[in-house]
Amino acid sequence: MAITHEIISHYKVNIDREECVKCKQCINQCSFGVFSYNGNKIIAEHQNCVACQRCVIMCPNKAIYITSNEECLPSHGNYSKKIRNIIWAQSGNGGVLLSATGNDRPIRSIFDDLLLDACQVTNPSIDPLRETIETKILLGRKPKKLEFDGESDDLSKISLTTNFLSNLEIDMPLMIGHMSLGSISYNACQAIYQASRELNIIAGSGEGGLHPDFYEYAPNIITEIASGRFGVDLNYLNNAAGIEIKIGQGAKPGHGGHLPGTKVSKLISQTRMIPTGSDALSPYPHHDIYSIEDLAQLIAALKETTRYETPVGVKIAAVHNSAPIAVGIVRAGADFITLDGFRGGTGAAPIIIRDHAGIPIELALATVDKRLREEGLREQITLIAGGSIRYSADLIKAIALGADVAMCCSPVLIAMGCRVCQQCFRGLCSWGIATQQELLVKRLDINIAKKRIINLFNSWNEELKEVLGAMGIDSVESLRSNRDRLRYIGPNPKIAEILEVKHAGE
Amino acid sequence: MKWENYTSMPARFKNQKVFDGCGISGLINIDGTRISGKKIVDMLCILKERENGLGAGYAAYGIYPKYQDYYAIHFLFDNEVAKIEVFEYLEKRGNIIHSEAIPTNASSNIKNPPITWRVFFEPEKSNHADSNNKVVQIVMDINANIDNAFVMSSGKNMGVFKGNGWSHEVADFYKILDYKAYMWLAHSRFPTNTPGWWGGAHPFNLLNCSVVHNGEITSYGTNRRYLESFGYKCTLYTDTEVIAYLIDLLCRVHKIPISIATIALAPPLYDEIEKLDKCLQAIIKKIRATYRSAMLNGPFSIVVGYSNPVPTMIGLTDRKKLRPLVVGISEDKNTIFMSSEEASFKRLMIDNNEFTLSNIWHPKSGTAVIAELGNGIIRNGLDIPIKKNSINLVEVC
Repeated sequence: MAITHEIISHYKVNIDREECVKCKQCINQCSFGVFSYNGNKIIAEHQNCVACQRCVIMCPNKAIYITSNEECLPSHGNYSKKIRNIIWAQSGNGGVLLSATGNDRPIRSIFDDLLLDACQVTNPSIDPLRETIETKILLGRKPKKLEFDGESDDLSKISLTTNFLSNLEIDMPLMIGHMSLGSISYNACQAIYQASRELNIIAGSGEGGLHPDFYEYAPNIITEIASGRFGVDLNYLNNAAGIEIKIGQGAKPGHGGHLPGTKVSKLISQTRMIPTGSDALSPYPHHDIYSIEDLAQLIAALKETTRYETPVGVKIAAVHNSAPIAVGIVRAGADFITLDGFRGGTGAAPIIIRDHAGIPIELALATVDKRLREEGLREQITLIAGGSIRYSADLIKAIALGADVAMCCSPVLIAMGCRVCQQCFRGLCSWGIATQQELLVKRLDINIAKKRIINLFNSWNEELKEVLGAMGIDSVESLRSNRDRLRYIGPNPKIAEILEVKHAGE
Repeated sequence: MKWENYTSMPARFKNQKVFDGCGISGLINIDGTRISGKKIVDMLCILKERENGLGAGYAAYGIYPKYQDYYAIHFLFDNEVAKIEVFEYLEKRGNIIHSEAIPTNASSNIKNPPITWRVFFEPEKSNHADSNNKVVQIVMDINANIDNAFVMSSGKNMGVFKGNGWSHEVADFYKILDYKAYMWLAHSRFPTNTPGWWGGAHPFNLLNCSVVHNGEITSYGTNRRYLESFGYKCTLYTDTEVIAYLIDLLCRVHKIPISIATIALAPPLYDEIEKLDKCLQAIIKKIRATYRSAMLNGPFSIVVGYSNPVPTMIGLTDRKKLRPLVVGISEDKNTIFMSSEEASFKRLMIDNNEFTLSNIWHPKSGTAVIAELGNGIIRNGLDIPIKKNSINLVEVC
């Protein structure tokens, strides 16, 4: 006897019978099994629809449109439809519920509560169309100070004696976050790496190893060492511009990666070095890192392996104690820290963690930047902030709060065609992005996807320059941690206090 | 009219930054000849368009040869109580060698001035910190924590004289013409707020570094947070303050040559760096990356007086030259002048034939002019920051 509850479908698939020519294109296009043909007409199983819009766009006669299902449950202000659905689902299957993408609770965005400054009268703004405004960033460790050998006045007798570890030079303060081959498709990875090479920014490999086809993009890739160590070998370490030890991810602090077996195809199996069809569940902690000194050892080992030529960083989820943790990470020898806020994306995560664990990146970033300054460590490392950098406004505000580089993932997927249906963990992505089914993957045109990413980030970079110009700043370094140029307009003065940002009007 | 006080910003303006337009001037005699303030006052007072009577100031180097081994600390006090408190504070931290009122002109237009005082001070010797660090600590502490007291300057054999009024009034008030210095800096201002605060006038000083500044530092927040991580307290609500502290940090604390420090403050554009040879690229990128938070952004032209230990005058503008700076040299090549306006030089030519307009040039944006006592012009503000082969790049290449 079935014990699952009949749950009201989220969406309703509307078919215009007059327009429908029964070509069955929708049946082919829908990877979620919504459509069938009963010999007379196309039938839609509303329950299966995720509103991914694939059928809507591919229907030659534009005969399909999707609406929210307006059928209503008895209303209740506390037991929302979402919570009732969670209870019904769990009482049916008895398990931990999974989801994808980032936290979808309607928690107020702090970025949206911040306003930017602009020049008037006392200083001139700069027009980016007529003047140079610089957005280049050097990613990696810097010395605390430079030492020159020789007498101060005679330049010809001076030499630089400070050891300066190698840094990555990127043209925009932007990183495409870690999305593994496995969570997303080969074509999606290819498009991302090509775009980051052309833009001269960096992209993360995710924890799924690096396919040999992608070695050529190594100068623009930061590879990831996660607790599962999937795909980690010498080639993986040496084919990277940077290496990131993933301790945590904003979407699921305290958890390791989840790649459902349905997405572990032959290609994924080879790259990750695991059997086809097996779930790839990374351990929650690194089993060789139970404390900070263990992290220091791993950093040292990775640096030794790569002859100290590759910056090594650490990614942590933004949690309550991020600030002291970040200090420990710098002291452990990391060259960069990636901070991932609680809204960060994921290909698969338990809803309970995704929606309830961690803190907003804005607060974590502000406190980490402050603490590192108090310890005199801030200038030596590169701070990368992610966890819902949705558009250029978030990028700009993240830098003003203290980030060197902003990391983003979901906008990259959306640029490639993702409709944010939040079903990545099922491997059925109808747009060929978060799937490993060959027929679906083929739907993603690498060249077009690449161009869309390039367009997106070029426009972000232009918008960054527009804002810098309006602020009278001609290089992005001078925006970094320049919180004087932000004002808070939200409802909670405590947030402004933590951010060390004045209220609008002050 | 008497304002609330002179040594701190009026309460109603607290937490507001001062914005101002300014006239700046400076001169240095290469052979060390000490001259009266006449020339610098003439150079500054002609720039009347750039001031509105709400502040001016002068810095003079070489004025206290008798006490040249001691820190000359110039104070402003609102009242005797603050003065007593400061003296008690100083006596706990070293020896006051000599103490006197800074002479002022009683018939000056400036009415109800604060108490102006100077002390020649020797910090207590200890193994832990050098005396410069101690004096920096003392200055920061007094300005941040002792009410109604303000340190105008704290260098050796030099002093800052500043206050509220037109440039000629301030010169008259402090009897600037009576001092003899080998290097002079001067500043007049057009503030948009904070009237009445004497401490807010330029030059800003820390130890032997004095800065006069025309402009607004849009990177102030970045610079301030950077400086605070090294223990500097930015209490004066003005962006000029950070320039003085940055130079102190880079040149005195980090011991970076001034010519390289100016690269950190206004680095060449990456596009320009790419045009240099590989070795030079590498070194300038390293300077830029390491000191990315020391970079000054926004419109500025500054003239800096400095000695570490060689007295030096530095002129620098922002990378887009959104504020003016003109440099001139006397016929006999002994005096180097800097000013925000060519008018300063024309003023000198009226009663002085040591000077012709052919000796004037306009430094390039973001490129330092450096003139040293005894050595003359080290950087003329026209060349790229470091000439090829001028740095030994063994480490890099």
